Amino acid sequence: MRHSSTDTASGGTSAIEAVNVTKTFGSGDEAVHALKDVSVTIRENEFFTLLGPSGCGKTTLLRLIAGFDHQTEGTILLHGEDISLLPPFKRPVNTVFQNYALFPHMTVAQNIGFGLEMLRKPKAEIENTVGGMLRLVKMEELKTRRTDQISGGQQQRVALARALAPRPRVLLLDEPLSALDYKLRKDMQIELKRLQLETGITFIFVTHDQEEALTMSDRLAVMNAGRIRQIGTPREIYDHPAERFVADFIGDTNFLTADLLSADGGAISVRLTSGREITLECDHPAAASRHLTLAVRPEQVRLTADGSASPLNGVLENIVYFGTDTHYHLRLQDGGSFTARLQNSRERQELFAEGDQLGIVFDPETVQVLRD
Amino acid sequence: MSIGGESLSHTTDVKPQGTPRISGYEAAARKAEVHRNILLTIPALLVLVLAASGPLLVMLLYSFLAPGDYGGVVWQPSVDGWFRVFLTRDIFDDTLMLQDAHVTIFWRSIKLSSMTTVLCILLGFPTAYFIATRSDQTRNLWLFLITIPFWTNLLIRTFAIMEIIRNEGIVNNLLIFVGVIDVPVQMLYTDFAIMVGMTYVYLPLMILPLYASMEKLDFGLVEAGYDLYATRFRVLRRVILPLVKPGLVAGSILVFIPSLGAYVTPRVLGGGKNMMLGNLIELQFGQGQNWPLGAALSIALLAIVMVALIVYVRTAQRSTQAHG
Repeated sequence: MRHSSTDTASGGTSAIEAVNVTKTFGSGDEAVHALKDVSVTIRENEFFTLLGPSGCGKTTLLRLIAGFDHQTEGTILLHGEDISLLPPFKRPVNTVFQNYALFPHMTVAQNIGFGLEMLRKPKAEIENTVGGMLRLVKMEELKTRRTDQISGGQQQRVALARALAPRPRVLLLDEPLSALDYKLRKDMQIELKRLQLETGITFIFVTHDQEEALTMSDRLAVMNAGRIRQIGTPREIYDHPAERFVADFIGDTNFLTADLLSADGGAISVRLTSGREITLECDHPAAASRHLTLAVRPEQVRLTADGSASPLNGVLENIVYFGTDTHYHLRLQDGGSFTARLQNSRERQELFAEGDQLGIVFDPETVQVLRD
Repeated sequence: MSIGGESLSHTTDVKPQGTPRISGYEAAARKAEVHRNILLTIPALLVLVLAASGPLLVMLLYSFLAPGDYGGVVWQPSVDGWFRVFLTRDIFDDTLMLQDAHVTIFWRSIKLSSMTTVLCILLGFPTAYFIATRSDQTRNLWLFLITIPFWTNLLIRTFAIMEIIRNEGIVNNLLIFVGVIDVPVQMLYTDFAIMVGMTYVYLPLMILPLYASMEKLDFGLVEAGYDLYATRFRVLRRVILPLVKPGLVAGSILVFIPSLGAYVTPRVLGGGKNMMLGNLIELQFGQGQNWPLGAALSIALLAIVMVALIVYVRTAQRSTQAHG
């Protein structure tokens, strides 16, 4: 199974290992199952992202790793040692909070030095490290400012420096970029990646923003309703979503239903609703069921004016211009909708008009057969 | 209590800006608003002047007059009242001596008020923290419960405490029944009884402002403290205490000042033997029939309160600035 082959710690030692972790808030009828039997291994020096819609349990998992909450069942290992019973102040793990949670009664420098001070490090060492951190996040000039006298982006950087200063084994980031505006968020994404490479600390990053997850992560886990749905590199997740939820959540996807005709090893032959038959590659057991869901990315599609040879046909209903590309919304013969995204280039002069009957062409290799 | 709260809040600093230019129309509108504000404050100012400054001036005047034979004052300037606040003349050879009784009473007032304040902090802080960490509906219930004692007359509540701590009272009977003691412990009519009584009466005045500060506290900061290797005690000292300080200062002021001038509690629970300043002042206007001395003592009390306030607020401010 392609989607789970990366779930083992084969590429280096594990930094964090969650084993069959379940978290239930409340009890009886009002019980909320925030995490259901979650197992994941996060490697050392890895930028790992927990991605999912709000309420999927990603923040709960982060809080369990930090020690703010305790799991109902299961264990959490840090470098192979069980940390389930340690209070947060005994875990070599630091957090960058969503709202930064900077101490308002301290200066920028005092905030950054707080963790080291609590670890009772010598004064000279604290000063040294704080100085280094201020340089790292480019906040040297503002070190004597109070935290309510600096901008949101600067607060973000102070929060990062404060969490990095004690040199934790693992850094947890709880949607740290969500409060920033678009431009600043782009800059911080690059900044975060740079910091992760420079410090060599394992980053566990929580976000609901798929673009953030795809651009920054070494690997990511897509979560929904308290479970991990798929773990993999951004490319694996995007190109080979294992199920409908993942395909739908990451990027735009066209879903097609098809009937299974025959399976022969890794290749299956299916009939689309248009009546055309195509042969696809598929290596997971979902192929055993009779009705299949296929996923086709809009950018993997071409449109032709002559639809006689194409697997699908549709009527062009709507054209939306996006600058770099154009989205064509089509209505299929079976009533379903289909989107094609074509890049705008100088060569692309073939223009379609609304109402045209078009053929939809795609490479069978780009079609994903989904599990249900 | 805005004295402590305002001056300590972290939001009072305004970032330096250039003076904004305003149009003629805006200037006129602002002027009209200033006028309106003055008009609106007149009723309150009137009450303050008539009800606070007026009596105070009368007291100040009386303290510099000679006492009448059967109470009241005669219109004859004298500093005898002020003289007798701390000093007395020997009845035989007229030598000047320190008025020991008064010194004792002043000292007891300050000591008991300070101890009451500390006790109120020790009891009020966890209570306020507990309430502030409940859900919204439960909070209101707890706050409501805290205010219930205000519904009953102070004198009745004080007599109830008397019933609990007297020699044949609940506490002594229980301790004898359990076998901890053989004879009742004398608690009533002691400084201890006064302190217990005052703590009971003024505790809500500590809890409410403390709660108001803690309600605004971002508990994410507490988590941040834990995350950065601070133990529970160090989170309390380094994160929570500095942030709820405005409430702590306000609560301390609200407890200390009325304690200093308390009358009913020391009168009932101290049994007239263990007097505090309020009782001493009352004595001069009643049995003692020395109104100028009573007036001088009142103003001395006021002076202590003022000094205590200034010292407290100053130190609180300084430590806040040291942090910021």
